[in-house]
Amino acid sequence: MSAREEILARVRKAVAGAEDVEIPRHYRTNRQGEDLVGLFAERVDDYRAIVHVVPAAEVPGKLDACLGERRMIIPDGFDRAGGWDDVNTADGVVTGCAVAIAETGTIVLDHGPGQGTRAQTLVPDYHLCVVRADQIVAGVPEALARLDPARPLTWISGPSATSDIELNRVEGVHGPRTLEVIIST
Amino acid sequence: MSATFLGMPGSFPKNSRKAVQNSQLRFNLRKATHTIRGKRAGVVGELPDWQELRAAGKAIKDHTLRNLDRYLLQLEEAVTRAGGTVHWARDAAEANRIVTDLVKATGETEVVKVKSMATQEIELNQALAAHGITAYETDLAELIVQLGDDFPSHILVPAIHRNRSEIREIFLDKMPHVPPGLTDDPPALAEAARLHLRERFLRSKVAISGANFMVAETGTLVVLESEGNGRMCLSLPETLISVVGIEKLLPSWRDLEVFLQLLPRSSTGERMNPYTSMWTGAVEGQDFHLVLLDNGRTDVLADEVGRQALRCIRCSACLNVCPVYERAGGHAYGSVYPGPIGAILTPQLRGMSSELDASLPFASSLCGACYDVCPVAIDIPEVLVDLRAKAPHAAAEKAGMKVAGWILNDHERLAKAQRAATRARKLVPKRLPGPLSAWTDTRDLPEIPEESFRDWWERNERA
Ligand code: SF4
Repeated sequence: MSAREEILARVRKAVAGAEDVEIPRHYRTNRQGEDLVGLFAERVDDYRAIVHVVPAAEVPGKLDACLGERRMIIPDGFDRAGGWDDVNTADGVVTGCAVAIAETGTIVLDHGPGQGTRAQTLVPDYHLCVVRADQIVAGVPEALARLDPARPLTWISGPSATSDIELNRVEGVHGPRTLEVIIST
Repeated sequence: MSATFLGMPGSFPKNSRKAVQNSQLRFNLRKATHTIRGKRAGVVGELPDWQELRAAGKAIKDHTLRNLDRYLLQLEEAVTRAGGTVHWARDAAEANRIVTDLVKATGETEVVKVKSMATQEIELNQALAAHGITAYETDLAELIVQLGDDFPSHILVPAIHRNRSEIREIFLDKMPHVPPGLTDDPPALAEAARLHLRERFLRSKVAISGANFMVAETGTLVVLESEGNGRMCLSLPETLISVVGIEKLLPSWRDLEVFLQLLPRSSTGERMNPYTSMWTGAVEGQDFHLVLLDNGRTDVLADEVGRQALRCIRCSACLNVCPVYERAGGHAYGSVYPGPIGAILTPQLRGMSSELDASLPFASSLCGACYDVCPVAIDIPEVLVDLRAKAPHAAAEKAGMKVAGWILNDHERLAKAQRAATRARKLVPKRLPGPLSAWTDTRDLPEIPEESFRDWWERNERA
């Protein structure tokens, strides 16, 4: 018997006669939060990321200020010209996002247009992310409902961190050590 | 699962006695478990629907286990459809052989690894080494453990038994090109690890991972982490091999909405861990292999009481509240699964033929704190009692009883040990004011059990 057949047979034998269970889903879903922008900004800030809340018209100016003289990766589909090509020598990367979660201060990238590849958003030490207010949802269930499982997804909650040395939190091991978020309202 | 994890044939009592005498270990453990415990309580308290999430988590896992054959087939189909290749492994040897062959086929002799309990369980690194393949751990704690040539002691913070100056020594000793002026400042140590691994990440062609969850409906795998080494391993190399226990399955995409709330809050005590990666099949041109691992899990599944241990999502909350773990440390459990979950999972996965494994169900006072914090409501005390009844009698029980008393009762000596550790190592965290707190905190244990270990022992001894 192949390993596959044998494991499946063992499983069937193990659970034969066991009762199935109903899944109670009485937790919160489909929430319409009040001030999602405010909550998201507060929760991102809790992770020691840098947060700006900016009216849409002022976003280009804010971007200029953040980018400065940095050698930035500007992914295909991000509304801005120019940029640096080589991930290994870039100072940073600027992206949009697919969805953002207020309750947990999380940004989710699906690496679609304007969001770069997985490597582009990982290797440079600085990540600047532009989040539109209408991309912010209340919680995890609302975020999953908007996401496409067929795409590679990267959930980001603050900068890279470790607590492996005597439980001291240190920002930045392998991922970007600085995360800056511009929320466009 | 090998019983020689620690190279010690001992029993839990023998092993834990050593640990109890190691004041550094105990001080670190205490600090770690109490800190994480506090953070967990804070973020769990924020969610008004925590108990509803917990009930859903438990039911989703039970439903999955009940229909595991069907969901495994669905997963296989979905992963294959998305360009991945699925392999099945009955036991550790078979899994190791599959992975070794896959690595050999790439022609590579080095692989990078992201922390995975399943690959520790099957001792994959050793199996690869036997074929001339070097596996590099990339999680900071695993790197410390690997370079220091020792064993993980906690699921979440595996190097918690090492302090900063020991870590500095290990780095100076074992890391090529380490800056000679390296201090023991945690950011400096983290930076040294970053530089040490960066080039390896960019160069490596093969990565090996585990997964926290697999979604049958979509074929998606999910890895939660903090440092970014997971993202490096999962996205940069050309070939990705994931070794995952068959119980890690969830039926539908939607089920993640429960577990992505339960796990980070229970585990690191954060609202969300810094990074979570999800991928379905072969992504961005990668070659993707999934190895589904049984290795004793179907035996656990066959046990009506014990099968609930397969709901475990390895959050480590039960370790952090366990008065026995806090004193004995992770190494005493002699397996990759320490603490309360290890005490019920290891004897079921490996059987209770060794002295060590037969003593594990006795490594508890049955206080029930583990059950209260478990995000999937595993009734660990219930399984322990059931396993005790099944354990071969005599020596193990007596030894077990002795250690529970020894570990839990001697507050005075514990306080002294901690004071000594504090003075010697200048480790005292700001929040802990002075020596008296050690004494107070020591007493601040979960209430001792409705039925204490001793009562249980006496009742069963007479029965
Ligand atoms: S048994 Fe429960 S509390 Fe312990 S690690 Fe597993 S899921 Fe977490």
